[in-house]
Amino acid sequence: MLNTRYSGKPLVGDWLIIILSVALVLTLFKTLWHVEQATKLLIRQGDHVFATLSLDQERMIRIQGPIGYSTIILSNGKVRFESSPCSNQYCVHQGWLNRVGQVAVCLPNQVSLELLGRQKSYDSLNY
Amino acid sequence: MIRSTTNEPVQVIQLTIDDHRVAKLTAIAIGLHLVESIFPSPVPGVKPGIANIITLYVLYKYDFVTASWVSLLRVFASSFLLGNFLSPTFALSLSGAIASLLALSLTRYFPRRYFSAVTSSILAAFAHIAGQLFIVRIWLIPHAGVSYLIPVFASTALLFGLINGLIVIKLLNNNQQVKS
Repeated sequence: MLNTRYSGKPLVGDWLIIILSVALVLTLFKTLWHVEQATKLLIRQGDHVFATLSLDQERMIRIQGPIGYSTIILSNGKVRFESSPCSNQYCVHQGWLNRVGQVAVCLPNQVSLELLGRQKSYDSLNY
Repeated sequence: MIRSTTNEPVQVIQLTIDDHRVAKLTAIAIGLHLVESIFPSPVPGVKPGIANIITLYVLYKYDFVTASWVSLLRVFASSFLLGNFLSPTFALSLSGAIASLLALSLTRYFPRRYFSAVTSSILAAFAHIAGQLFIVRIWLIPHAGVSYLIPVFASTALLFGLINGLIVIKLLNNNQQVKS
């Protein structure tokens, strides 16, 4: 092994490994950081499901809760609370939701939105 | 040397030239490991792993057994010096080192005509992070969310594996005439 000459530069095989490694890393990013666009919206009010809707529509929904009306807007693949009778307005400030697994909740008015895709994403709230 | 007061014969471990060589090279690796541990990391867990330069250099200059000694002794000795022996940090360090050595045990059979230390370095870096993430997943953070970290660690492994590999082939090139 001591007689081996070292060129000090990467060899052909090294370049091959570098290219394959870059491809591997890019594939990892693509598969593991893949964010699925949501297709369905699940609205809960109190302890029951209010509605399950397709996200692919323009629509405004008013839901009555214990303290008043929450207004939800669906707009071509995304959804948000437009207005809420609650005092802290967390649900409204959460803004537009469009990815699978995203959730917006208005606790005072007991209304929640959950975005669904083809398959249910990992639920860290119930875990 | 301290004489034993009893009449039992004193056992002296015979040190060979190889032992001295392992000790010297390990000392350099420990030094690099300690230097690296001073610098804060921008992302937890992301480190250049410059001590692995020594492991690779030893692998190419001497042999796989010497490289394994240097790598594992470095992990243990550094943990004693940093005070994290048997802590999670140590477990990660050891699992990474063992995984790297497994990768190197394969890459040393690659034809030297086409594959240099750069290949070994990159593949060992990937193995290192795979070994560490395995421990993280089964023991430290048993949660599927760990998979989100894989792309980040894989890209840093590639970057630092490449840089370390380039340093190793430069070192080997510069020290071609130097006899051990």
